[in-house]
Formats: sequence, C-alpha cells, structure tokens
Amino acid sequence: MAEVKEAVKERSMVIQKEMLAELFTELSTAKEKGRKVVYTFVPGNLTELILALDMLPVYPEINALQSGMRKKSASYIKDAEKMGFSEDVCTYVKCDIGMMLNGNIGPTGEKLPDPDLLLLSYTGCFTFMKWFENLEKLYPGVEIAMLHTPYQEDGRITEDQLAYMVKQLEEEVIPKLEKVAGKKLDRARLAKMLDNSSRAEDLWVKVLQSARTVPSPIDSYFAGVYYMGPLFTAFRGTERALEYYQELHDEIMARKEQGLLPVTPEGEMKEERFRLVVEGPPNWTNFREFWKIFYDMGAVIVASTYTKVGGVYDQGFRHDPDHPIESLARYCMGCYTNLSLPQRVDLLEHYIKEYKADGFLINSIKSCNSFSAGQLLMMREIEKRCGIPVGFIESDLVDPRYFSYANIKNRLESYFQMLAQRKTILAQQTTTEQA
Amino acid sequence: MSKYYLGVDLGSTTSKAIIINEQDEIIGRGITNTRANYAVAADIARDEAVYDARFSVLKKNLEADLKARPEYRKYINDLESVFRYEQFKVRLDRLGDELVKTCREFFQEPEKQEEILGHLRAIRRAFKPKIKHDYLYNDLGSKNQFFRDIVSEKYNEQVSLLPTELFEPLMTVWDKSITPAENEVVKFEFKTLVHEAMELLKDKYANLPDEPQGSTIVDGPAFDQEMYLLKGQFNTVAESLRERIDEVAGLDFQIANMTGTGYGRALLPFPEDCIRSEILCHAFGAHAVFPDTRTVLDIGGQDTKAIQVDQYGLVTSFQMNDRCAAGCGRYLGYIADEMSISLNELGPLALKAEKEVNICSTCTVFAGAELRELTNLGEKREDILGGLHKAIIMRAMSLIARSGGVFNEFTFTGGVARNQAVIKYLGQLVRENYGEGITINIHTDSIFMGALGGAMFARRNVKAELPDQKKSAKVA
Repeated sequence: MAEVKEAVKERSMVIQKEMLAELFTELSTAKEKGRKVVYTFVPGNLTELILALDMLPVYPEINALQSGMRKKSASYIKDAEKMGFSEDVCTYVKCDIGMMLNGNIGPTGEKLPDPDLLLLSYTGCFTFMKWFENLEKLYPGVEIAMLHTPYQEDGRITEDQLAYMVKQLEEEVIPKLEKVAGKKLDRARLAKMLDNSSRAEDLWVKVLQSARTVPSPIDSYFAGVYYMGPLFTAFRGTERALEYYQELHDEIMARKEQGLLPVTPEGEMKEERFRLVVEGPPNWTNFREFWKIFYDMGAVIVASTYTKVGGVYDQGFRHDPDHPIESLARYCMGCYTNLSLPQRVDLLEHYIKEYKADGFLINSIKSCNSFSAGQLLMMREIEKRCGIPVGFIESDLVDPRYFSYANIKNRLESYFQMLAQRKTILAQQTTTEQA
Repeated sequence: MSKYYLGVDLGSTTSKAIIINEQDEIIGRGITNTRANYAVAADIARDEAVYDARFSVLKKNLEADLKARPEYRKYINDLESVFRYEQFKVRLDRLGDELVKTCREFFQEPEKQEEILGHLRAIRRAFKPKIKHDYLYNDLGSKNQFFRDIVSEKYNEQVSLLPTELFEPLMTVWDKSITPAENEVVKFEFKTLVHEAMELLKDKYANLPDEPQGSTIVDGPAFDQEMYLLKGQFNTVAESLRERIDEVAGLDFQIANMTGTGYGRALLPFPEDCIRSEILCHAFGAHAVFPDTRTVLDIGGQDTKAIQVDQYGLVTSFQMNDRCAAGCGRYLGYIADEMSISLNELGPLALKAEKEVNICSTCTVFAGAELRELTNLGEKREDILGGLHKAIIMRAMSLIARSGGVFNEFTFTGGVARNQAVIKYLGQLVRENYGEGITINIHTDSIFMGALGGAMFARRNVKAELPDQKKSAKVA
C-alpha cells in the first residue's frame, strides 16, 4: 500500500488544532464545571443557539470520522454489530455506538461527557433520527429536541416551510434548549454570533472560490474537509472561527498570488493535470492513501459537494443577524443533502462550468443513503449536459472492509488515463481546426 | 525492415499477447494461464505470439504456393501443430524432473520413495504417447488448452486407475511440482524446435496408410484426403519448404513498441509509460475491430466491464464489478468442475435447455451448493445450465444499465464471449431491453481485445499518462 510521508503544517492548521484541543478539554471537564452538553449533527446544526446558551456541542458523526482516521472504527463497528446492528446500517452510527460502548473516549484521548440533550435539527437523513433513538436508549432519561426539516421537494424553500420551521424553533426547540441550559436565550448575543458566522462564511466562500483559478491553489475536497471544520462544527459564530478563516483566507490568497498549487501531506503539488468535481463524502479509514492516488496523478478537486453538507454558502446563503431565527431555518433547509436531485444536478453542472473541470467523479458510499441515492442518475445527467468523462468508485465512510485500495486505484488509474487521452485528442482537434 | 508492435494483457485468469504490423493487422497471438509468477506468464504469452507471428509471416510469404498446392498448406498446418508439441515436450521433461525431485525430498524412506518413483515413471510412460498422439493427429495444439490443463487431466486420469491409497501421495507430489515447473522460464530456440518438428513429421508421414481404409485406424492417423496428398512426396515438400522456413526462423523480429495492460500490468517488466489501463485497451481494441462500437461489454475471468466509447474509441464512462466476481469466467469454470465436464462443453449443453431454471445467485462460492440443490429438486442439467447462463447475462445487463445502457453498435469481448449460450442470452436480453435495432458484434479474437488495444496504442506511440509527481519533483 502507498506510503505517505509526513505533513507540513501551516499556521491556520496550527490554529485549528489548538481550537480542537481546547474544545475537547472543555468537554472532558464539562460535568465538573456544570456545563451542559448537546449532541447534534453537522447538517442543519444550530451551533450559535447552543453556544449562545453556554452549552457545548458534540457531533457524533465527527467523532465517527475521527475514529475512522485513527483506525479505531473497525473494532467499534464490530462491537456495534455484536449488539445486533446489521451489516447494512450506516457505519457512522455503528462506529459512534461502538465508541460509546468502549467508554466514549474522544479523538484526543479524553472522555466525552454524556449528553444532556439530543438535538435533532436536520431530518433529511432519516438515519439521524434512528441514531438518536438508539442513543436515547444508551442514555435513559436524556432530554430530546427535534426539528422536523422539510425536504426541498419543489426545488425551493416555500414561505409555508419557513413559517413551519420558525414556529418549531420558537415554540419547541428554543424553549427546550433554554430548559436544559437553565437560562433564557440572550437574543443580542445570538445576533452577534450570527454576525460572526456571516463574516466567516464570506471568507470561507472566498477560499472555496480560489479554486476557480487555473491552476488551483487549493484542493477543495481532501484539504477542503479540514478547511470546513470550524464553520461546520462547534465554532461557527465564535471570534476564534473568524480568526481561523481570516488566517486561512490570507494564506490561500497569498498562494493564489504566487501561483502556488495545493498543499498535500507530502508537500506542495508541482503540477495540476486534471481538475475534478467530486460528489460524495470521502473515505476516512484510508484517507491519506485515497488522497495520494489523486495528487500523485496531478488531480486536483476544484469543487465538491461534500464541503457543502454544512451549508451551501457559495450559492449566496448567509446567517443573518437581522433575521436570526429565519436565517437558522433557511440554513437547515438549505444544506446540500436537503436539496432535491434536480437541484443537486444543477449545482454540479454549475461547479463543472464555473471551476473549469475536466472530469466529474462520484465516490459512492456503501452505507450512506442520503448521499448515494440517485447518484447514477446524477452521473448520467452530468455526462449529457457537460460532455465530460465521468467516473464512479465505491467505498465507505468508516468501515475499512469496504475500502479496497487495489480496486479503487485500478478504477482511478483508468479514469485518469481516460481524461488524459481525451485531453490529447481534444488538443489535436483544436490544432487541426486552427490549421 | 517491417516493424511490429506488441500488446500484452495480463488478466486474472489468462495472459494474452498480440503482435500487429504497421497496418494494424494481427499477425501473432499468444495465450497462457496466468500463474504465480506474472513475468513468466507474460513471457510465455509473448513468445507464443512471436512464434505464431513467424508462422503468419511464413504463410504470407508462401501465399501463392499455399493457394495452388494443398499439400503445402497441409504440411505447414501440421508443422505448426507439431511445433507446439515440441514446446510442450520441453515443459513436460521439466515437470518430470521436478516430480522426481519432489518425490525424493518428500519421501525420505528409500522403499516408499522407490515405490512412488516407480508409479511416477509408469504414469509418464502411459500418458506421454497419448499426448503426443493428440498433438500429431488430433490437432491438440489449436484447442486453446494450456500446459497445466493438459497434463493435469492426463495425470489425474492415470492416478484414478491406481489403488486409492496411492491417491494422496501422488497428488501431493503433483501439487508440489506443478507450480515450480510452471513458473520457470523455459527458453526455446525457434529454429531448433521447428527442425525437430520437421523430423517428427517425417515419421508421421512415413507411417501414412497406403490408401483409404475406412475412417479410423487403430493407433494411427485417421485417413485424411489432404494428408494423403503428402503420401510419397513429403520429403520433397519438406525440402522445398525448408529454405523458406529457415528464412522465417532467422527473421529478426523487432518489436518497435509495446504496451502492457490487465490486472497484473504494474508487475509487467515494461517501462512505466508503456503500461495502460485494461479498460482503455479493451475499448480501443473493440473499437478498432468494429469502428461503429459505442458500448463494450467485456466478461473476463474475474471481472465484468461495461464501457461506453465515443467515435474515436475513447472511453467516456465505465462500470466494473467491485468486490464480487459473481457471473464471471471463473464462475463458469467452477460450474464445469462441479459438473465434471470441460469448460468448452458448458455452452453447448446449455443450448439444449428447454427452459431456464431460475438461479438466484451467480456467486462462485455458492455455485456448487445451488447446483446440487437444484439437481436434488429434479431439475435437468441442461435447464440448470440454461438458467445459469441467463443469470450471468442478467448480471451483466445491470452493470451495463449502470454505465448508461446499450448504444449501437454493441461489442462483446473477453474469454466468456466464446461461450455460445452466453451469446444466445445476451442477444435475447439486449433486444428485449434495447430494441431490435442493436447490432451485436462478437469477434473470434474476442479474448484478445485488451492485448490488441494495447498493441494499437503501442503502434500509435500513445504514451500512458503516469503518476509524475516524482518526475516533476525532479524538474523542480
């Protein structure tokens, strides 16, 4: 298997590492300090509400992916399967449950506190609901809040849907959060946080859009998943997140100015040969090897849908301090997996054109229905609309049994050769036409 | 001097080599079973292709003579067959040495050792003349059987005639010997072998019956009208052809460029930029043979590929089976073993089906169990086989659908494309699902399409695109 050399750390990376270390330390001492803990999911998360009430969020799917990257997921999944979870159940769920069965030790080696509240703020992934039903059994008596997020069936957010969401937030979710927190929500503080969010979101979008440049200064998928971390999880709305995105933004703009290529775990790329748009989450158990196949071939991911699961900010949405609850409602309904299939195809088409992509690739996740359903249809449609080579590979989020390095490498090699051949032929055609 | 181009397709089950000339015409084909040592498999396939190419050149040089004189044609065809036997013999001798060596290492006790050695000698004495006969008179060389298959079959046959207590020691010696013997590189001198083959032919023709005597002669050749033309004049024919044969034997076969492909491609002793994905090679090969091809289905030993190509033969998308080789060539091989028939007999038997038994799984591992259950339920072998063959195509159809469907024209490649029952059900299902208007192409060289595509890339000198992080790092 491919050997990956050690990474080079940039300042933004150092900041992010510190932020995470602080958070996990805070979490490990939360009970002693009387801080309340809310378990919630990344898509449609209500982080500003949680933080404005001085509670601490825990994201089970982030813990699961961290376990995957730290090679712990296989044994966690095995433990969950011993409990009776089927082979076909989402591996994030099984990994998370397995982690809890093993003492709930988080990625930094510190114990995660038990939840005081399970906040389900996005139901587009039906599994989330079942996940929390299981957690409720593991933590009997835990408080529960559920926000039912309507799917964008008509390809847009309707006024009725918005009113329905705001009503739920005002009448159910916020009162429940206040009850658990033991205090009233400070609306001015929330607005201030949403203002921070919005400013960080502006910077994040600039980071993403830097990949429009040829060659791109960033990899929007493999590095993108690190860049999106603070905004998609526990830090949105904080000063610290704003500081992180300012730093990241400045670093990347400097790279862009200098015409530098993306940074990989083995240093900077020297050549951009293929520009790709990728649909679907990455595999976490073999993340580095997976990435290496791409950068070794000079393939840069210029846009990806996975970096939109915590919000499709590049299409204009911002958290709005002037309309706090409405904007939270719109945010929940606007995350990528809540979009209808035609919307997802339109978005992909837009990325392919806007980011001058040579190819479109799907990493289909065995255990993720909310991502994988409809992907073949999307692939056909993109092929038809954009006329670029499309590729399809299969792996899983955190179950290492479903990452076949040899198979994936074989498919990707073929795919890259396909792209290269097409480029050669197209170049020849252009030369002939010009002559 | 003529230039030649080589394509080697190192598949999971078989390794194929193709040599083409500057006009993209196939002039040499070589095929062997893939084995532990990939380099040996590739070498054998390539050598075979070069020998085959020499015979092709010979036939081309003699084109007018061969047309005018049937006895020349017969002689050259026989020569090719006997030449194959000469190669076989060298390998067989190597295997013989290996068997003796293993026996001496494994059975330390002198008495036991002598006993087993005695049986080994007897087995060899019994099957060697049979194989020789099959090569000389029944054209075994052209039947696409590999060394391992031929000797295994004969060895097993002889062992089964002996008392059962000998089964285990004899099979142990066999298992320990066949792999090293098969993985050793054996170099042949074409000229020497072809001369030996000519000597062997002398004996064959000297023993020809004087005149037609019914259809079969015990332990001798069946009467053959063409062969009869050689009666009495084989020496003249051989001598008049000797110079032309020597000329081809001495030909310096320059391979101007080559491409390696297939699963084992990374292990081929080829320069890095001569290695190319088998998906691109299959598509390119199929498109070269049938230029209107838009969809390619390839069913190989362990994988099935559905490939869409454009008007240039370039791949636009593809789908492959992941993690499971159900419904591939190996599955058919397994079924044949379970039914104790040869792979070549499967298709014809399935064509006799009156109905297709519903087969749930085309999983190779479950194949035996499902087969036995259905047999117990009283289903006929033919009908089960009909169902099995149909199930293979149903699986392939779902893969094709994933890749975007069937577009006209549709080309079927890979080893499984030799199976007539598979072809029957493919035709049925393609028409049912995509209409009557679809042209289905199947070429006699379907198993060689990957190697052909490789050779064609080599001729066009299209270099493969490779991981060039290292290269660019050097530049930087």
